[in-house]
Formats: sequence, C-alpha cells, structure tokens
Amino acid sequence: MEKVLTRNIGFDQKPTDLKAYEANGGYRGLRKALADMSPKDCQDLISDSKLRGRGGAGFPTGMKWSFVPGEDKCGPGHKYLVCNADEMEPGTFKDRLLMECDPHQLIEGMILAAYTIGADISYVFIRGEYVLAIQRLRDALAECYAAGLLGDNVLGSGYKLDMYVHPSAGRYICGEETALINALEGKRANPRAKPPFPQVSGLWGRPTIVNNVETLCNIPHIIDRGAEWFKSLGIGEDAGTKLFGVSGKVNNPGCWELPMGTPIREIIEVHAGGMQEGYQLKGFLPGGGSTDFLTHEHLDLAMDYNVIGAAGSRMGTGTMIILDDRTCPVGMVLNLIRFFAHESCGFCTPCREGLPWTRQVLQDIEDGRGQPEDLETLAYQVNYIGALGNTHCALAPGAMEPLQSALKYFYDDFKQHISSGRCPYH
Amino acid sequence: MSKSQMIQTDVGSALSVDEIAEIDAELAHVPYKSGAAIDALKIVQAKRGWVSDESLRGIAKHLDMSAEELEGIATFYNLIYRRPVGEKVILFCDSVSCWISGCDDIKSKISKLLGVDYGETTKDNLYTLLPVPCLGACDRAPVMMVGDDLVTHLDDKKIKELFGKVKTKSTSSSKAGPKSEGSQ
Repeated sequence: MEKVLTRNIGFDQKPTDLKAYEANGGYRGLRKALADMSPKDCQDLISDSKLRGRGGAGFPTGMKWSFVPGEDKCGPGHKYLVCNADEMEPGTFKDRLLMECDPHQLIEGMILAAYTIGADISYVFIRGEYVLAIQRLRDALAECYAAGLLGDNVLGSGYKLDMYVHPSAGRYICGEETALINALEGKRANPRAKPPFPQVSGLWGRPTIVNNVETLCNIPHIIDRGAEWFKSLGIGEDAGTKLFGVSGKVNNPGCWELPMGTPIREIIEVHAGGMQEGYQLKGFLPGGGSTDFLTHEHLDLAMDYNVIGAAGSRMGTGTMIILDDRTCPVGMVLNLIRFFAHESCGFCTPCREGLPWTRQVLQDIEDGRGQPEDLETLAYQVNYIGALGNTHCALAPGAMEPLQSALKYFYDDFKQHISSGRCPYH
Repeated sequence: MSKSQMIQTDVGSALSVDEIAEIDAELAHVPYKSGAAIDALKIVQAKRGWVSDESLRGIAKHLDMSAEELEGIATFYNLIYRRPVGEKVILFCDSVSCWISGCDDIKSKISKLLGVDYGETTKDNLYTLLPVPCLGACDRAPVMMVGDDLVTHLDDKKIKELFGKVKTKSTSSSKAGPKSEGSQ
C-alpha cells in the first residue's frame, strides 16, 4: 500500500524539516492551490474526496467547511482555523506521531484549510504534555515564516495567515470543539450550547473551523493529487487511509497507516502481531475509551464508519484497546468511568453527579461489595446518562458506551463478581 | 523567584516586571483582558512553579477580573498548580491501556520508593506525584512524564534507576495539584 500520511515517517521517527519535506513533494499542494485554485475550488475538491473527520465523529470535512459564511453574511473581521491537537481520548496515540515526525504536513494542511475558509488566524490547540510535538511544531513554524509560507503574503499570493501553537492547560473536555474555543478564550472549558455552531459563531464570536490533526494532514495530498485518487485509497466504503493503532496485550502494539476499510482481524493479527502468549482476546474497544466494546464475532468487519456503527460501536479515533481474558472487564470499565468522572466539566447534573455514582457502583462490584440490584442501577444509568439530550454534551453518553456494551457482552463477569463477593481475576 | 526579587509595579500586584511584560504580549492577541487568563496563569507558573493566592490576586487585578473568577479557571485545569510542587512533576498515566499493562503495580512501587502518594511532594522537594489522563503513548505502556520527559515501558528496573536514590517520606504540608477530583 502507498503510504500517504506517514510517507515522511521513518522507523527512527526523526522529525522532517522544511527542506526534507519539500524534497518529498511538500508544499506542492499549497503552491498549486494558491496559483490555480479559488477557495471554492478547494472546498469542492475536499467535498468530492469524501474525507471524513478523523477526530472521532466522522463528520464530512468539506460539508463542515461549507457552513462558514462569506463576508457578505458575517461582515468583515477575522475568521479562525483551529487544529484540535488535544489528543486525550484514552488509548489514542496517532496525532502525537503525525506532529512529532512530520509537523510541516500538518502546517500545510492548516494553511490550505485556512485559505479555503478565508481564515487569517490559525491555532494549533495542543495538549501541554506533548512537549516534543510543541517544540517541533514551533521549530517548523519558524521555518515557515522565514520561507514566506506564513505571514502577510503567503508565497507572494497576497493571502495573509498567522499561525500559533497554543498549549492547553489540560482537560479532556477541551477536545470538544466548543469547549476548546472557550479554553482559547481563557475561560473554563465548558462546552457551549449549539446552535450557534462554531462555523458561524466560534472564537470571539467569529466563524471558526475546528479540525483534528489527522484530518488536516490529509488535505495537502487531496489538493495535490485529487479526489478520485483519494477515494481509490480506501478498500471499503470510506475514502483515504487512516492511522490505526492497537494497545493492550498484543505482541506488537503500535500505530500503522492502512487503507480505510481494513478488516479488524488484519489490524490485530497481522500488524499488531496477535495476542501475546498466554492471553486470549476477549473483546476490544475499536476507537478509544468512549466507544462500545466489540468482540470475536466482529473481527472480520471492515474499519469503516458505517460498518462499525452498524455493529453497535463507533470507529472513533481508530485506535483499538484490547481486552484480554486475564484482565477484568469490570475493572477495565471502572478505569474508564473513573477517567470520565474526573474529566467531567461539571456543567450539567447527569454528568457531574451521574458519572461518580456509576464509578461508585462499579467500584463496589469490583471490590466484592456488589449487590444483585446494582446491575439494575447500572442499566438505569446507561439509559439515563447515555441518552443524548439528557446531557449538555457528548462526554457522559460517550462514557456510557463501554459500560453498556460490557453489560451486554460480559454480563456473566459482573454477576460472578456479585455472587462470589470478589473479583475473580485477582 | 523569591519575594524580594519581585518589583511592585502596580499597587497590590504581586507580579514581576518580566511576568507583566509576557502577559501584556499575550493581551495583544485577545479582544479583552480576561481572554489571556489561562496564558497569564501559565506564564506565572512557568516562573514560580505554581500559582499562589498572592499570584492569583495579582493576575486577576492585572486582567481586570475578580480573583474568584480567575480561581474558577485556575482550578478547572489539570496543569495549573494551586499548591507548591517539587522541582519536577511526575505525571503518571493511569488510563486504560496503561492500566491493562499493570500501571497500578508500578504506581505503588513508585509511591514506596519516593514515599509519596498522589498530590504529595518528596521530602527533598525533587518530585511531586500526580495522576494524568492518557498520555497518548499507549503502544509503549505503561508510561509517565518526569518533568518534560516521557518515560515509556515502565518496569521495576526502570523506576529503581530513576528513583532508587531519592530520600523517602513526604512532608504532610506539601499537597499539590488540583484540590479535589473534578475540581468543580
């Protein structure tokens, strides 16, 4: 398979500087767009390519961009392009690789996205713990300003764009795009009520597009090589390639660029090298900590958004977490719920009060204090907290996904904890 | 920075000239002063290690905010420290992939070696131990950060090499980090 997003990423994972990036076709897409394409041409091309957001929700990127109003509707003033580099979804480690090893690919994608939507200011909102990625992005930005790729006159085209690296002060909810915007505005990162959507009224009340790192990294290649080429990369329903990852008790945990639609079994058994000796696969979260468990019967499914959705889960970030037969499923869900309870922004009651309640029930079961009625309580919580519309944002419903599917696939494990008064895995 | 090095440029302000200059540079990018609140907290923390009540009041005054509003922001974020921390903060990943890879056991051993639990600082003031959400290095689990360095594939040998020589027992008054879980 042709490597696209990881073409400049070698085994040593050294960063690609401007010279090396350009030598391998870098900034060719940007030069082409600025010379021959209007912003509308770029947007149409991205829409035609069927690129979908790689941050977890899978929203069509071209459509998202099309919601940004023109100056006739929003009046003169700034527009913003924000890269969501706040990678904090448990079990997700793909954007780190893209930023540490090929920062210019992201920057080129951001310049192209900003040009398309008419933004003049852009931010990389990156988690503060990504110290190496922050440094490498800043080094790359300095190279860009020196080379005229950013600033008042991008490559002599008259287009003006400034770009800043903005490290976060740390909170999972900043990955939600309106919470991220509040964080950029110096506030508590509570998600905003929608509508208005940020495409219309985002940062400082101005039109703002927030895109994930991996999404933006695809843009230069689509502009350079076209929509048909991009669509041909996928082997299933969806277009392009994707970074897929596997963590847990496999022989070769890691992250690989593979065609969209690659079967789950191939990712786990070939790329991740299968389960370690002495461990059997019991289940897996297909795309990070807020996706539903899938199990053996789903191994031959293709990693496409709709296929995984139809199986009752979500593609999410495409980084799988493997549950093995020697790891307690109740303990695993408890770990996840503890995370989400801690990271709740506290704005709405079902999330702020509900998640700690769920955590307490799970802790009781895991510690051997569980009662039979606790299973009914968990089912109630899944229905109540998990329903979109009962909460202010998708954090708590996301937190319920691994729990509701664990109750479905590993119900006997929950019952055994309660009947024997202890965790059978310890 | 000791108190004697701080220059009072503004009545009631606890900020140094350098800090004020850096905060003012951020103000150029925001339409109103409180928009630089998080940047200002980070600037002060970068110089002093943490944000004291006095610093918080100084920043709030400089940004025309109430101290209460700024406190609500400061305590919201995991990486703003409202209590003193050691020279290096250990951000220990306790999320799902590290948990599957045995991070609970590693954490217990680090706690034993350093004589501190989460939120505490070692007696020699070298390390503060804090939990952190998934560090995004799950293929190299278990992992943690020690200061700015990511340390991967944690095992007994590695943590002994890192922390084997640190004096044990923490001071009870040196609790650090977000004050309570969730910080709502």
